[in-house]
Amino acid sequence: MSLPSFQKMSLARREALAGYAFVVPWIIGFLIFTIGPMLASLYFSFTKYNIIDPPQWVGLANYARVFSGIWDAIRTGDSRQFADPLFWKALQVTLYYASLALPLNLAISLFLAVLLNQKVRGINIWRTIFFLPSIIAGVAVALLWVRILNPRVGVLNPFLKDVLGIQNPPGWLADPEWAVPALVIMGLWSVGGSMIVYLAGLQGVPTDLYDAAKVDGANAWQRFWNVTFPMMTPVIFYNLVLGMIGTFQYFTQVYVATSSSLGGLGGPQHSTLFYNVYLYQNAFRYFDMGYASTLAWILFIIILILTGLIFRSSDTWVYYEGQLKGRG
Amino acid sequence: MKRVLDLFRSARGNELFFNGITTLILASGSVLILIPLLYMISTSLKDPAQIRSDSTSLFPRKPKTVEVNGNLEPLYQVTVDGQVHEYALIKKIPGGLGQFVDPTRPDVIHELRINDQKQLYRWDIHWENYPEAINAMPFWRYLGNTLIVTFVGMAGMLFSCSLVAYGFSRFRARWLNVFFLLLLSTIMLPSQVRLIPVYILFQKLGWINTLLPLIVPQFFANAYDVFLLRQFFMTIPLELDDAAKIDGANPLQILLYVILPQARPALVSVGIFHFLYAWNDFYEPLIFLHTRENWTLAVGLQTFDAIYTVNTHLIMAVSVLMIVPPILLFFFSQRIFTQGVVFTGIKG
Repeated sequence: MSLPSFQKMSLARREALAGYAFVVPWIIGFLIFTIGPMLASLYFSFTKYNIIDPPQWVGLANYARVFSGIWDAIRTGDSRQFADPLFWKALQVTLYYASLALPLNLAISLFLAVLLNQKVRGINIWRTIFFLPSIIAGVAVALLWVRILNPRVGVLNPFLKDVLGIQNPPGWLADPEWAVPALVIMGLWSVGGSMIVYLAGLQGVPTDLYDAAKVDGANAWQRFWNVTFPMMTPVIFYNLVLGMIGTFQYFTQVYVATSSSLGGLGGPQHSTLFYNVYLYQNAFRYFDMGYASTLAWILFIIILILTGLIFRSSDTWVYYEGQLKGRG
Repeated sequence: MKRVLDLFRSARGNELFFNGITTLILASGSVLILIPLLYMISTSLKDPAQIRSDSTSLFPRKPKTVEVNGNLEPLYQVTVDGQVHEYALIKKIPGGLGQFVDPTRPDVIHELRINDQKQLYRWDIHWENYPEAINAMPFWRYLGNTLIVTFVGMAGMLFSCSLVAYGFSRFRARWLNVFFLLLLSTIMLPSQVRLIPVYILFQKLGWINTLLPLIVPQFFANAYDVFLLRQFFMTIPLELDDAAKIDGANPLQILLYVILPQARPALVSVGIFHFLYAWNDFYEPLIFLHTRENWTLAVGLQTFDAIYTVNTHLIMAVSVLMIVPPILLFFFSQRIFTQGVVFTGIKG
């Protein structure tokens, strides 16, 4: 018995085989680094596993640890009723950050992108400056902001006090109330990353739409709301979904800002205990891989639900040009 | 006056007005962007005394001093009877007043409000912070590790993603579409959901605390770069492939001699993005690398901060060194960023 030789195969089969051959690196990677580990972590989420001893099946115990006490906590309004209050704290911190950072980021980066799409002198220099922070984002920038925001020796509070006349400037990262807003400010400095995506989107808006609007007597503000904004909604949608996912991955800035501070990682008083920070602690500090896998899967499901909600709502506010032409 | 008003009412005037406002907003925004960077650079050039006593200054400077009666006293620019002099402050007295003297005639004392006078400074730049910071940590080791992870990973990424993107852009087969959708869906997949088993896999292989976990996965393509390259490959005319086919080229040769040379801008873009990602990445090196001889710059710098927190000048010096390569790369490849070449694939 012999396999049919490559030469004797039909053209279509040869094309298909060649195509599969080229995507083999991705298929292998997908099996080893994506789908295999996903299934494994789903399995681990039902076990107790500390890496050294073999995983021990515990059924739904890890999920029960997350969700039990939820009714008592709601009924009494006391978060100590949760079996794992820190999980809910982490969820709250993450959603709080998202509720501040995502709208601000959207408004500021879209606004800047519109300005940077004007024909003003030196536009390339302005674009360069605004994009600069997002290419250096990381440990160095986080260390810089920790020092700027330091309430004792930083530069921001003297400025707020002496120039703006604010008597009691906040303690920023040292204050549980202000730690998340401080991180939001740090993030807004690097707004250029999403701004450049909007800018690319703006450059794709056909100019004849603006010309038509001008002929109809629309002023700049009307042109923005009736032409630019609808045309940009797919990009806004894209940034919103990725921003949501990014918030649940948020880690480096918190680690740099808090791991060597008095409040410890996620401090002060768990005010910066982001979801990913809590997951990291369970996985790589306590080596509680079973519970960490549970957290990872709950995170995955939360993201699926939130993305689904954004997708659902997108029918009402995201505009795709094809629909107008009736080709849908 | 009327002419000015007319100008504002005209279309041309309107445009000038809008451009003016736009430039004004952009300029103020730029100041907000640049001041923190300036602060980083200036702090890296100060000595600890300057940071303590003059922390808010955006320049590395020290008070100018002059010798008066054998003591070094700070020098001020003072105004006496409408005349400007450079006087030394020899004594502070309660009520915000100070005793100022002309250094050449120290016996005549002027009592003036200190806050109304301008203290004089001189530049005081501490370049030696840089060698000191580099010697305080295994900087070259960190840099070497970072470069290995960045460039070997980049080679692996470019190699695997080119092959895969070519497969997805030029061949028809029943499962390829399904695979492509799977690939796209992994963009939205939070990495945590696969991280723990991957960690355990690397641990079983004995790869924890080596650079391999940061490099090897790059050889198996990633969704984001495959997608961008595929979008670009789709724009290369099929006629070029056909011409090569007639000349007897096989698919691999078409990729090497037709597609890749045409796709240079796209390859450069994903290469640059990979550099920025790998250079700045903190999460994975933190998890996979445990001892200092294996750390990358990002982890090394964070740990340096944890140990030497008080030495702000040294930490800022290393921070400056760490942001210089991305900035240089950025300036040399500005067009790719500012004109959004890389993002054309995702809009609409």
